[in-house]
Amino acid sequence: MSNRKLFAFIPLAVFIVLGIFLWRGLSIDPTELPSALAENKRPIPAFELPSLTSPDQMLSNEDLKGEVALLNVWATWCPTCKEEHGFLNRLAQDEGVTIYGINYKDEPGKAREWLRRYLDPYKKVILDQDGSLGLDLGVYGAPETYVLDAEGRVRYRHAGAVDATVWQTLKQVMEQVRQENAG
Amino acid sequence: MIKHVCIWLMLLAPLSAQAAIDAYEFSDPEREERFQQLTNELRCPKCQNQNIADSDAPLASDLRREVHRMLEEGEPDDSIIDFMVTRYGEFVLYRPRVTETTWLLWYGPFVLLGIGVLVVVLISRNRRQKQAAASSTGSETPTGYQPSEGLSAEEAERLNKLLQREKDQ
Repeated sequence: MSNRKLFAFIPLAVFIVLGIFLWRGLSIDPTELPSALAENKRPIPAFELPSLTSPDQMLSNEDLKGEVALLNVWATWCPTCKEEHGFLNRLAQDEGVTIYGINYKDEPGKAREWLRRYLDPYKKVILDQDGSLGLDLGVYGAPETYVLDAEGRVRYRHAGAVDATVWQTLKQVMEQVRQENAG
Repeated sequence: MIKHVCIWLMLLAPLSAQAAIDAYEFSDPEREERFQQLTNELRCPKCQNQNIADSDAPLASDLRREVHRMLEEGEPDDSIIDFMVTRYGEFVLYRPRVTETTWLLWYGPFVLLGIGVLVVVLISRNRRQKQAAASSTGSETPTGYQPSEGLSAEEAERLNKLLQREKDQ
């Protein structure tokens, strides 16, 4: 008889388990993809691309090594990039953060004009006109911002605009990576 | 005159629409077939509920170009899929690989089916046993005393016989 009573609770148990899954689903953003590179702490893929600001200079993945830095993927066709640009300027100027830029599938002329008009927060800007580096990085939309460690490995990826809240997370990751390097 | 121009413009319209779709040349039809299959099974990271064959996103078109390039370079399907997964993660696979983390996904339905079959079998067997018990003992006699604490098997049998005798008298 007690067995039978236990059976009566099965639908309730199923309901609770389903409920937990669905409730968790509410707080998951389906457009947010995990980065295959960041998950495995993989190095920035090898590349050899011109610099946006001085076109006769070639940049490679070696140029992104040396310190913990941000790598920001941007383009002039991307409205959200414009939104976050002011914040990136503040980070570079006030907080002294090293930011590298990847100008992704853009027109170099327009991009240079943009940096002249809205100021340039980037230490170096890689010109990725056909999007090949973006593809190797797993970029699926601009803007995206990566945290790189001193060896040039990808440690974190944020898709979307960087603002004060996102910066808190990025800052935390950067500090953690720095401590790892020191220790 | 204007009529003629209009007709010509209308004739041109579908041609320009056609030109927006990228056409790839393949050195052999087998590769074209594999291209169709791969682009149908790879998911576009940007527009998430479309495969890269259907999607109009620039990213999907880049990925189609890469698939085409690798096919023409003679790469096998596995290495093309690996190429996508190292960049965009397992997410891009509409047909996930069988690994420890996807066992539940692949085999879960069969496990559930198994549980369902087991439950049905148990219930029907239970019911059949009950029916058999009811028809063999008859419904009017209550089940006799069973050996339990303070009542050995012999004693239980004796008690049942005594009770039976009393009932017969």
